[in-house]
Amino acid sequence: MANPKTIQPEEGALVRAWNWLTETQVWTSVFRHTAPINDRNRVLVMLSNVFLHLHPVRLKKHGVRLRYTWCMGGMSFFLFLTLTFTGLLLMFYYRPTLEYAYSDIVGLREHVPLGIMRELHRWGAHAMVITVWLHMFRVFMTGSYKPPREFNWNIGVIMLVLTLLLSFTGYLLPWDQLAIWAITVGSNMARATPFLGYEGPGAQLLAIGDVQLIHAADDARFALLGGTFVGEGALLRFYVLHCVALPLVIGFLMAIHFWRVRKDGGISGPL
Amino acid sequence: MAEDQKPLAEPSSAAPRPAVVKPKAAPPPPMNPALVGKTTNVAAAALKKPIAKARAKTVDDTSPLMSRRGWLGLAWGSFTAATAGCLAATGRFMFPNVLNEPPQQFTVGFPADYGEGVDERWKDRFGVWIVRTPFDIVHEGPGFYALLVTCTHLGCTPNYLSAEAKFKCPCHGSGFRETGVNFEGPAPRPLERARIVLAEDGQILVDKSRKYQQELGQWLDPESFLNV
Repeated sequence: MANPKTIQPEEGALVRAWNWLTETQVWTSVFRHTAPINDRNRVLVMLSNVFLHLHPVRLKKHGVRLRYTWCMGGMSFFLFLTLTFTGLLLMFYYRPTLEYAYSDIVGLREHVPLGIMRELHRWGAHAMVITVWLHMFRVFMTGSYKPPREFNWNIGVIMLVLTLLLSFTGYLLPWDQLAIWAITVGSNMARATPFLGYEGPGAQLLAIGDVQLIHAADDARFALLGGTFVGEGALLRFYVLHCVALPLVIGFLMAIHFWRVRKDGGISGPL
Repeated sequence: MAEDQKPLAEPSSAAPRPAVVKPKAAPPPPMNPALVGKTTNVAAAALKKPIAKARAKTVDDTSPLMSRRGWLGLAWGSFTAATAGCLAATGRFMFPNVLNEPPQQFTVGFPADYGEGVDERWKDRFGVWIVRTPFDIVHEGPGFYALLVTCTHLGCTPNYLSAEAKFKCPCHGSGFRETGVNFEGPAPRPLERARIVLAEDGQILVDKSRKYQQELGQWLDPESFLNV
């Protein structure tokens, strides 16, 4: 590579410092290979990095074609990361109790610097629902749900439901009139769950003699709300679901989703 | 393609062109027999249209507005600046503009509301003992001082034991006289006093943001004691 006729200049202090740094044990323990300037090192970068190893070593050219993929899966993931980060910051100020919930939301706008943090979270959540729908629309219209990708399609359907549940649980947390009545209406649907909702079909059949097994204080809606109406129990339950339970599950499924994309031959291309 | 964009490339690619052309004008002699054909082909092409070839290489990287390198520098620069700005704003987010904490400055009623000795009515709410003394050695007269309820050992809250006329810390047993001076246990210095003055309406005003430490001689300050 190097031209033998070229006269190498004296190494400067910066170059010598760099050489010393890259030979220290700390450096070599973090970076196990040199820069990705050849195929072997490019593979090593992908395989030896915990964040990149889900990503394929090579991408097909059509995989980055925006007109085909719309990048909606990537946008959904990006929005998820944004929502995780902004949501984490909101948790430093928000208390899920009847006394504080609403005033903390107002305080996030009025008393805390960067008052748009909550708006970033809210609008990001709306955007994520849209991008997830568009992602599924694209996958459906390009037939990318067909074998061998049918398993990943099903993972995706579950993640769509989880996205909507995240949106639904987050809706209650501002604890204003809109939130309370929206969740009242939404959770009333759980009353009509077959067998498990006390107004649902078949619930009347679950009885021992005159004693109904499914009633207002032990049906599916009660499990969701932690009470018979949208009150303190519902607020705390939705908070824990929104901040801990659902993100954990969807994060786990996302790891599987991305890994399956790779195992199923990469991003599907034009037929 | 190259021919179409030639006029566009003309002004800005004038300088770098010779550097690209030079090696092609003088191709190295073919050493490896396997490469002979290739080398001669390149050489032949270079000899045919050296200028056009070089231009075809440079036009892709050249825009009338900005070079590729310049644009990448601008893009990465603005991305880095935006990221740094977001991180700074996030750091600022952790420091709210409003605190829901007890006020540092407050009025505690009129001097006539207090009998002699230690008064505990504001201990929980504001964190001070208001003490009325018939004679203060330093200020040589009767009056009030406000003791902070924070033990000078490790910051627990002592209890006032009226029978023994002392403050006793439950954590490690430090003891303080009613004046605030430490006399037993591990506490290294007396309790701190807060600024105490008369407000315009005649009430006693206590300001915890101004503290007076005996060991620094600050109890001599006229505002550490309210002469009545």
